[in-house]
Amino acid sequence: MSTFLLLTLTGLGLGAMYFLIASGLSLIYGLMGVLNFAHGAFITVGSYGTWWTSVHVFDGVHSTLWRWLASSLLGLLCGGVFAALVELILIRPLYSRHIDQVLVTVGLQLAFVALVAGIWGPDSKVVIVPRWLHDTTDVLGARIPNDRWVEIATAAVVLGLLQLFLRKTRYGLIIRAGVENRAMVQALGIDVRRAFTLVFAIGGVAAAIAGVLSGVYFNAVGPEQGTSLLIFAFIVVVIGGLGSINGSAVAAVVVGLAQQYTNYYGGSGIGDMIVVLLLGIVLLTRPRGFAGAAVGSRA
Amino acid sequence: MTLNRRLVADWLWPLVVFGALAAVPALHVKIPKLFDQPIDSPGTLALLAACVLYGALALSYDVQFGFTGLLSFGHALYIAIGCYVSNIVITDLKWSFWQGVLIAMGIALVLSIILGYVSLRVGGIAFAMVTLAFAQAGAVLALKDPHHWTHGEEGLGANYEKLPKAFVGILNTKNLYWLALAFLAAVFFIVRWAVDSSPGRVWQAIRENEQRVEVLGLRPRAYKLQAFVLSSVLAAAGGIVYMLLYNGSTLDVTQPNFTLTLLLMVVIGGAGSRWGAVLGGILYTYLNNRLIAVGSSSTVEGLPHALRTPLEQPLFLLGVVFILIVVFLPGGLAGLAARGRVSGLRRIEAAVRPEADAA
Repeated sequence: MSTFLLLTLTGLGLGAMYFLIASGLSLIYGLMGVLNFAHGAFITVGSYGTWWTSVHVFDGVHSTLWRWLASSLLGLLCGGVFAALVELILIRPLYSRHIDQVLVTVGLQLAFVALVAGIWGPDSKVVIVPRWLHDTTDVLGARIPNDRWVEIATAAVVLGLLQLFLRKTRYGLIIRAGVENRAMVQALGIDVRRAFTLVFAIGGVAAAIAGVLSGVYFNAVGPEQGTSLLIFAFIVVVIGGLGSINGSAVAAVVVGLAQQYTNYYGGSGIGDMIVVLLLGIVLLTRPRGFAGAAVGSRA
Repeated sequence: MTLNRRLVADWLWPLVVFGALAAVPALHVKIPKLFDQPIDSPGTLALLAACVLYGALALSYDVQFGFTGLLSFGHALYIAIGCYVSNIVITDLKWSFWQGVLIAMGIALVLSIILGYVSLRVGGIAFAMVTLAFAQAGAVLALKDPHHWTHGEEGLGANYEKLPKAFVGILNTKNLYWLALAFLAAVFFIVRWAVDSSPGRVWQAIRENEQRVEVLGLRPRAYKLQAFVLSSVLAAAGGIVYMLLYNGSTLDVTQPNFTLTLLLMVVIGGAGSRWGAVLGGILYTYLNNRLIAVGSSSTVEGLPHALRTPLEQPLFLLGVVFILIVVFLPGGLAGLAARGRVSGLRRIEAAVRPEADAA
């Protein structure tokens, strides 16, 4: 029972990171039809931004909690600004050339990982985090690492904020309408391009949060870490239905849990297989994913 | 006359090019800057063999990407199947080399039909993600190695007793080069035959406008599956050549980045162009190898640290070149060459039929 509980919370923690990455991917795809490979770079910007500022800017701060929080905040800022710049400089000139936009993000991702590995080396870096995060809490006999709670809570807060933003603000309305029918929104005389930059910035911040949390979850940050998380986030996005935040949330939980349970009970590596199998089954039975948004209607 | 011209374009040029490339191992010359060692030295020939092989692999990828418009991120899976299955058969099972080839090709054929059928249920970007996921499953399988076949991170060195004698040993590097070249020529002619056949024309129509093909009463999915399977089977054959060339299999061929590199090659050379894809593969592989040497050369060593670091990373430089080509030079290097030709044709057309301009 205690193992099961530990697996459940670890799976949810992993699912939380998948959700943070997938939500941005899903919004960007839904609104712009771009599969954003550079999302892996956003994760890396977040994790390395946090590590770098923690070592170089806030090295005088004594409290590890404040040091971690402050550097994380700068990491998120870097992620958001970087993502917005990517949209403005690389994606914007290629509107209506969807495949080319994807290619540019692929090139950016590869070049960026190579650059990071070149500057800071291919080895992992340890981020200084509050001790408390690596302690455990007893829940019904299970010793749960505390960082799991932080991951789950952060993802829940981000989900709530995203929903609030999408439902209650004017830009949220434009984005939701744009996901439904972009041509109609433009026909109404609304400039959706600003919304494009905005979803990139939001996606960048969310991915950077995932980068910060992955530094805690895996105990270190590395140049390739973003890429490996990204692949599962892609799976989550497809299973959840492209363009749907709620679909991504549900799929992230399902994928995270399935991966943990089967990796433990079935053997190492089986979990990753199960996830891919799940993807195959979903595609065969519901090609549009859980949420049923239009998958593949755009080339 | 037109027949003769077609004959020249179809057969003479490729034969001249492949013939010239086949004569390369006979050259006992040193080309400074371009190669460290004489052309006929094993080191240079191994690099050239790799270039030629990647040219062929890029062309196999172009069948689905450039000619059919299918953006797959899972091409590496089939290269890995060719590379690993053939190796497992000869090294772990100790069967003969030809059995290895047959089994690897058989598995690649069956798997590409099944996975192609499943992933082609979705189109466009979703297809890209799904193929990526399947390839990732293969990568995890090779890494975790549940049956102790692939030897995980160590990689699997080939059992050289089972390999054809002509391809073993450093003195036979020129044979490996010729093997890679023969493979490239075979892929080139197969792809040309396939793309010019009537299903091949449907592939290109699907790339241009899938709905139109559907309206014509054809079922695009069946045609897309054909292109996907042909592309994957050629990739698996390339994987076997890869195994011979590198004396074994490593996890590199299973990684998603391997597919992305092929994508870079094809786009740099020119998607949907046979010579473009081949040229892209050769050029990319050559630069990827040579830029490392340039990065550690004395000129770069003298540069300040901030400039030196990016120059030491070939993938960074090639990634930047790739982005620039996508943005400023759609059609890649082949597009650059074709642009001149097309404008020439238009001029002729305008001269012959002045009304064509007005229309």
